Amino acid sequence: MTERRCTDPVILNQWHPLHPADQMEATRVTRTILLEEPLCHALDANGAPLVWPSAGSAPRLDGSQPSPLPARLAYGFLWACLGTPPDDLFPFPETAEPDRRNLATGTFGVHVSAGRAIENFLDMGHFPFVHTGILGEEPHTEVKEYDVEIASTRDEVLATRCRFYQPKAAASSTSGAEVEYIYRVPHINCAILYKSSPNDLERRDAIALFVQPVGPEQVIAHTFMSVLDNDSSDTGIRLFQQTIFGQDKPILENQFPRRLPLAPRAETPIRADKSSIAYRRWLSSKGLTYGVIPAVAE
Amino acid sequence: MIRLYDYELSGNCYKIRLLCGFLGLAYTSVPIEFHPGRAHKGADFLRINPLGQLPVIDDDGFVLRDAQAILTYLAARYDPARTWYPVSDARLLGEVGQWLAFADSITATASAARLHDSFFHDLDVDAARAGAHRLFRILDAHLWFAEQEGRIWLCPAPQPTIADIACFPYVILSEEGGIFLQDYPAIRRWCDRVKRIPGFVPMPGVFPAGPGLPPPLTAGSV
Repeated sequence: MTERRCTDPVILNQWHPLHPADQMEATRVTRTILLEEPLCHALDANGAPLVWPSAGSAPRLDGSQPSPLPARLAYGFLWACLGTPPDDLFPFPETAEPDRRNLATGTFGVHVSAGRAIENFLDMGHFPFVHTGILGEEPHTEVKEYDVEIASTRDEVLATRCRFYQPKAAASSTSGAEVEYIYRVPHINCAILYKSSPNDLERRDAIALFVQPVGPEQVIAHTFMSVLDNDSSDTGIRLFQQTIFGQDKPILENQFPRRLPLAPRAETPIRADKSSIAYRRWLSSKGLTYGVIPAVAE
Repeated sequence: MIRLYDYELSGNCYKIRLLCGFLGLAYTSVPIEFHPGRAHKGADFLRINPLGQLPVIDDDGFVLRDAQAILTYLAARYDPARTWYPVSDARLLGEVGQWLAFADSITATASAARLHDSFFHDLDVDAARAGAHRLFRILDAHLWFAEQEGRIWLCPAPQPTIADIACFPYVILSEEGGIFLQDYPAIRRWCDRVKRIPGFVPMPGVFPAGPGLPPPLTAGSV
């Protein structure tokens, strides 16, 4: 097998997001970095994805790419794997519902580990302080009791019965409301949240964070939405999501250590952190070592 | 009403939003999606500004581009106290102009590093960071000596000027480009003072300051 800079099989053998599919043009080559490996990617003339290690020279799409990597298009993004990928990416069935709008809502570089980025995404406690006037506001700061489990149907972290008062829960919101959330962590570096839709009482909008690990303490965060909203423009939805992410960014970049500590007593959790405790335990059980500070066996 | 062609994550657009906040000036924001849409390089926007840069304002048909130029225009036109752009004091006005040019250099370095790290712009990030540190050392020393003389703003005036507004955004956002401010204590104190000016508005990546300590009592102040 090819030598990789990252040697952790847990993360090497995953599908990783690389680029929003709607920003790829046939035969245009783009460079990126995954797990410290410089890569090139492109769509060939038939629209099929192609990902290969960049040799450092000017990247060309001439049919002679060295050792292409496993690659696929799914959920609005190009995904690739540096090791042996699982047969399937996690399920995200809402994206196939015909009346939803699926939209890549912004891609940003962030100086943080993937685990810290996912953990922040799972946290409701910061809403009133970081997303003031949008996803929360004082004095509505309580994180009410919620449930966390490893899903029975699939190996993923699931948090349910999450409720939070939000002044402007979505681009299409016109007033504040108590919003119900479900969080899924179906992949070590990907999380999806489902929240009550302002436009459909029976169904939920889905917002996803797909994290591309560039290095152990550097990521590219890809955001994605699958929403029930016929009114807002694509740009309006994207700008709303960018405002939210722009507010999270300095919080993420000021976390120390930047790697996610997995030892149970490394940081002191409170009750509101139940989902983060479950997430760290889940990562630990997989034996992940890249981008984290592993728990030392006692 | 003033229309501001605006991108929320842009520090240059933020300069205009800040001045409007301080002056209590109403405006309509026209979002131009810089990232990922690159709408500022699209044909529609290039008709408004052939340079393809934000911000631009349209004040009742008068169209003006460039953050520093817009600050001078809005302050000269809409600040009845004439303190933000002190047109009647030649020396002070000259110093304001000097720091407006300095703000452009901050954009060319600290903002460039942020564009590289956050928005994947292809540029020499090490050179950008080194350039920003060189400017920040000059700025920190200037602010420290000003403090020793009892002054708290960039220019020698009792009130802040548009020079403070022009320099603030890409200093406070510099950590997003890997340029850390811990070695510049006078800059950090000045940032907190800017954040406490009445009418201050935050942006994503910039948080409001706490209320701060009351000013120390000095002889003659009681």
